Amino acid sequence: MIVDVGIIAAKAFLVLFMVLNLAGVLGWIERKGSALIQDRIGANRASIFGFAGLGLVNTLIADPLKFLTKEDFIPPHGDKFLHTLAPCMAFFPALVTFAVIPFGDILVLGDWVINLQVADLNFGILYIFAMASLSVYGIVIGAWASNNKFSLLGGVRGSAQMISYEVAMGLSAIGVLMVYGTLDLQEIARGQGSLIRDLLPDSLGFLKTNIGQLPAWGIFLQPLAFLLFFVAAVAETKRIPFDLPEGESELVAGYHVEYSGGKFLMFFAGEFAEIVTAAGLMTTLFFGGWQVPYLMRDGFHFPWGESWLLPHLAVAALQVAAFMLKVLFFCWLQILLRWTVPRFRYDQVMRLGWKMLLPLALVNVIVTAIVIVAVNR
Amino acid sequence: MTPSLMLFYVLGGLLVIASLMVVFLSSVVHSAMALVAALFLIAILFLTLHAPMVGVLQVLVYAGAIMVLFLFVIMLLNPAAVEPRRRFGWGFGIVASLLLAGALVAVMTNGEAPLDPVAATELFGSPETLAKSLFTDFVLPFEIASVLLLVAIIGAVVLAKRES
Repeated sequence: MIVDVGIIAAKAFLVLFMVLNLAGVLGWIERKGSALIQDRIGANRASIFGFAGLGLVNTLIADPLKFLTKEDFIPPHGDKFLHTLAPCMAFFPALVTFAVIPFGDILVLGDWVINLQVADLNFGILYIFAMASLSVYGIVIGAWASNNKFSLLGGVRGSAQMISYEVAMGLSAIGVLMVYGTLDLQEIARGQGSLIRDLLPDSLGFLKTNIGQLPAWGIFLQPLAFLLFFVAAVAETKRIPFDLPEGESELVAGYHVEYSGGKFLMFFAGEFAEIVTAAGLMTTLFFGGWQVPYLMRDGFHFPWGESWLLPHLAVAALQVAAFMLKVLFFCWLQILLRWTVPRFRYDQVMRLGWKMLLPLALVNVIVTAIVIVAVNR
Repeated sequence: MTPSLMLFYVLGGLLVIASLMVVFLSSVVHSAMALVAALFLIAILFLTLHAPMVGVLQVLVYAGAIMVLFLFVIMLLNPAAVEPRRRFGWGFGIVASLLLAGALVAVMTNGEAPLDPVAATELFGSPETLAKSLFTDFVLPFEIASVLLLVAIIGAVVLAKRES
């Protein structure tokens, strides 16, 4: 009993630790990466007592210290209580969403079989959308409580944008749920361990020797859904090209224009935590989650018949490492995107969401349904 | 008192406080946020009743979608600038709540004794069970509800387009 509680607490702590630290590191990667893209040197002045040798570590310590020691300004005619509550409401969903994303298969330690996932919900994807839908409040309330027209405009833009893209995001994920036949993210990750040839009927045998060799990852079975999901997820994190809620050239800084110090840090870190969660979701739904191609529970089994057996701990370590690598890749992809493309106009954002992503997602659901029925017949 | 009963009283008490705040707070935005808190507490009550899926759906639909639209409308219309019209006074409120309370007491005292609690089965409240009952036993009410929503959407579009 006490050990079970300890294991759950340890998993929760590890995942929270990972998300928070990755958010901090991403703040540094964003600055150094943007400098790389724009041919600058980037953040290199964080010297602690005259010592600037440790680049990353120095910045990671200096960043939050600087935020926390700044003046915490509350606008005089704003709403004090809601102004303080809003950053927490923006930060909270970003932190708890990762709980249902599996970061590994099972780990067997002596008598204990540990499912490498904090909360094993059999409707995990619904929990993710529920938490994502709550993240609108931080922006809307923060914007309203600031008593500032710029931030109110940013809040209205933000809520409209997030509601619109939640619809497209949910519908694009439905294709994946239909293919793997479950709402459980751990089961979706396990389903991506098989090969495509196992899913094909004998009448399509000519496909088995070529594309049938590929692992049954979401990206191969649902490529359109991945594209739609990626765009919608970037829009949900409110970053360029979808950063209309903050749009500096029009709204100064949008919904967080009246925020400073630690409260701004919570908005800022929450955005990076959302990036990590979005990357975790893309990995789990479309890139096999913790799966390494051809790695089964007892080692590699290649489709051409070769097998390398591995001890259990090595397999588990490889899977967790593969998950982390994929998450890091998608975090980097989102940061790269932010520094590569310009911002949309607001009517373009709305048109993209409602007139392109939504119909395409619906078409994807219908085509997927037809193909599933045809293949299983 | 069992721990689960204690948890129920704590949650129920908080829920009553949040609901009272919805009614009595003067600012509309504060009332709306109190309603969000109340809906969240109801979701937690569902969790304690072994229906986590209904709890998550409660957050997804009510707290996450409907209340966001409420707030959106409140912020766009800025009702602080509009003086609330007092159409019904205290007298009407007291009569209405007494009638409601009477109906509640009548329902709770009449009828059969409450059933003994039954242990939840493995599939209780799971997506499979919910989907199966929605698409077999209750398919007609389900479809009628979606047609109702469609009518509301079309009505909104027609009303919005009328001026131009």
